[in-house]
Amino acid sequence: MNIVECIDIKKTYQQGKVEVQALRGVSLSIRKGSFVAVAGPSGSGKTTMLNIIGGLDSPDSGGVMVDGKALGQMNQSQLANLRLHKVGFVFQSYNLIPVLSALENVEYVMLLQGVPAAVRRERAKAILDDVGLEGKYDCRPAELSGGQQQRVAVARAIVSDPSIVLADEPTANLDSQTGKGLLEMMKEMNKKKKVTFIFSTHDHMVMDYASRLIQIRDGLVADDQVRES
Amino acid sequence: MVLQLGWRNIWRNPRRTVVIMTAVIIGVWSMIFLGALMRGIADQMVRNGIATLTGHIQVHHKGYRNDPVVENSMAEPEVVATALKKFLPPDAHWTSRVRVDAIASNARHSGGVTLVGIQPRREAKLSFIGQAITEGRYLQHDEKHGIVVGKALVDKFETRLGRKLVLMSQDTDREIASRAFRIVGVFRAEMEATEKQFVFVTMFAAQEMLGLGKGVSEVSIIVPLHREVNQVATALRIELPASNYDVHTWQELLPMVTAVLKMYDGFIFIWFLVVFVAMGFGIVNTTLMAVFERIREFGLLKALGMKPWWIIREVLTESFFLLILGMIIGNGLGYLSIFFLSGSGIDLSSLAAGLEFAGMSRVIYPVIQGKDMVMANLVVFILGLLVSLYPAVKAARFTPVEAMAHT
Repeated sequence: MNIVECIDIKKTYQQGKVEVQALRGVSLSIRKGSFVAVAGPSGSGKTTMLNIIGGLDSPDSGGVMVDGKALGQMNQSQLANLRLHKVGFVFQSYNLIPVLSALENVEYVMLLQGVPAAVRRERAKAILDDVGLEGKYDCRPAELSGGQQQRVAVARAIVSDPSIVLADEPTANLDSQTGKGLLEMMKEMNKKKKVTFIFSTHDHMVMDYASRLIQIRDGLVADDQVRES
Repeated sequence: MVLQLGWRNIWRNPRRTVVIMTAVIIGVWSMIFLGALMRGIADQMVRNGIATLTGHIQVHHKGYRNDPVVENSMAEPEVVATALKKFLPPDAHWTSRVRVDAIASNARHSGGVTLVGIQPRREAKLSFIGQAITEGRYLQHDEKHGIVVGKALVDKFETRLGRKLVLMSQDTDREIASRAFRIVGVFRAEMEATEKQFVFVTMFAAQEMLGLGKGVSEVSIIVPLHREVNQVATALRIELPASNYDVHTWQELLPMVTAVLKMYDGFIFIWFLVVFVAMGFGIVNTTLMAVFERIREFGLLKALGMKPWWIIREVLTESFFLLILGMIIGNGLGYLSIFFLSGSGIDLSSLAAGLEFAGMSRVIYPVIQGKDMVMANLVVFILGLLVSLYPAVKAARFTPVEAMAHT
């Protein structure tokens, strides 16, 4: 079953007086439970594609379906609801709210979803344990290393069982060892919880972990390989 | 957790929080303290007005207020006395007076005064004169030739205690009546004009001099509680025949004071608004800075699925804490300032002549009124939250992509 369907997506940005064609007609389908890397050089359109799949941005033309729902027909409030319940995000940086502890950061999404306090606390603790952060519940982001912060971000992204997790260059700011640890953890979560992971990267180590590698160049899909995981 | 987040967010930049809180504190303090001072001035004006031979309610003969001459006296004061016994609350006081315009003269000077014939014991419970004697003594019951005059009049007439003062006025036969009195006491009043205007003799002496018999010019009443004034006045208006008697409350007798009180209400409101406008700019500016510093964070929250309304709520929660903290401290400081000044007041005697012109006292005692406190706090709280809406809405309007791309 496909969790994401993109049909001929085009997106042009105005950058000052210059028009930048970020996506020139991308079509692809992603199956539920896959671990997909969207790779390509800077400015190739990876982030734009992830933003469009996550409902953060809208295409100029073409259509996107996430978990059977057409994003083009949704208003801002419905898109916010979709992001809240169906999509988890992990960004390159500025991922966590600095005044909240690790546990509270994970809880916050569930608070927005209206999950009762006791339930969300229990679930947040369990997921933090799963990503290897037991005993770090009360640490604020500034007290955690870059890798640990990204683990908290992954924990927050998967805590409410979303259909997909979109990770925009999650290892870009991490050293290779820490990045590897984070990828292994994400892969484990993918297997254990059957969550679909789609991440953008231009790091070869990250690409090696993907079960499917989509290469984007100049706003078009240049290559699409399914690999043995 | 929303409250927790708001509370922690305001302490992300403690210096900025302290600056804006100081603005709120000074704003609230000045609203409360200066409001209390203005109320104190107004309160003293009312007290002075009431104590300067006005009382809370006065009963006159029908035509007396328009033409305060001896012919317009109340010939049968017992009718009023009977009505008063019937309607006055137990702790109320009342007295009768003869009050006419007269000319006072001695060997050196002469000038217009108001001759007030009083019942010494009763009068002492109503007006300032009972506690105002600074030299000599107060009048005694049925005293025929004693007179109490103001210090300013003594100076003007270059006279002193024990000297004679001749009073002349028109009697009931429209003839000139005059009598020589001996100064037995000198009084000081809050205002110099009062010291120059009023001379006090016993009611008995005034009635005898003017040929009034038992007639009196006015009956003045003090009731224990302000709220009883209108109630008692209405009862007296019903009881006393309208063809012969006029009943007036102090608001009607002192129209200037009543007008000034209304004006003060307006002044206080305008003052609150002026303070708030200054403070409001501070709040908007600081909140905007805080919002722009955290644009990426708001972008993240929106990406996570936070709706614009929730972002507005978060920014307003932070303003709520700033305002509440500022209000608590500002109220506390306001109370303390008023408490320290409640004993000694603010002595403005060096400006006494100017103040007197405005009908103010030499010493101002701040007076806290519940409605002013509530208004000051409501103005700060409600308008504070309203002006915070602007940065809050701005924060909510960024799209996640715009906000996350912000550097």
